[in-house]
Amino acid sequence: MNVLYFAWVRERIGVPKEQIDTSAATVMDLVEELRAREERYALAFSDISALRVAVDQDLSDFDTSLEGVCEIAFFPPMTGG
Amino acid sequence: MKILVQDAAFDAGAELNDFTIAQSNMGAVVSFTGIVRDLDAGLKQMDIEHYPGMTERALEKIASDAMGRWNLGDVLVIHRFGALKPEDVIMMVATASKHRKDAFEAADFLMDFLKSRAPFWKKEQTGAAQDWVNSKQEDEDALTRWE
Repeated sequence: MNVLYFAWVRERIGVPKEQIDTSAATVMDLVEELRAREERYALAFSDISALRVAVDQDLSDFDTSLEGVCEIAFFPPMTGG
Repeated sequence: MKILVQDAAFDAGAELNDFTIAQSNMGAVVSFTGIVRDLDAGLKQMDIEHYPGMTERALEKIASDAMGRWNLGDVLVIHRFGALKPEDVIMMVATASKHRKDAFEAADFLMDFLKSRAPFWKKEQTGAAQDWVNSKQEDEDALTRWE
């Protein structure tokens, strides 16, 4: 699965994109998996309320299933306009 | 519907003229132009990051929602990314309709959703400091007007 990071999430994790092999069932399961992996992930994902997630480029919830999903992105609330 | 996401600068006046001339049988065109502001007079640069692919999808959805909700002839959205300076034009929207109310309301709707539902992130450089711009609760609250 392609995992993308934007804005300060990208800065904290240190890469804009990575390929992750996971059997996580939901977004939240993937977050837990990443948190346990390394300190930089634990830091980036320390406060989920400060994060948004897009699943296959659609804004989604953290309980969204990852079945059949190709791309997931984590980022802070958007500041367009 | 015309949606452009680009790093290049654009002429908002010329875009508005082209948009206006292209309409037929529309009685109203409303536009909004967003400009990099420097309220504290210390801003050196604003960097706008976006999510290629999702950005275009999100903007198309927001514009389509507006087309479905109001009686519009056309919608234009242009949004820049990359490094911008104070007073640079960041983005614009324009709407065309037979009567002004549709065009005004649709432009307002587009801006409310562009603020917090299109994947753009702003980072401000003031001197040596760099900070991501925080989203505002009022921007999130603004969406409830359209429920």
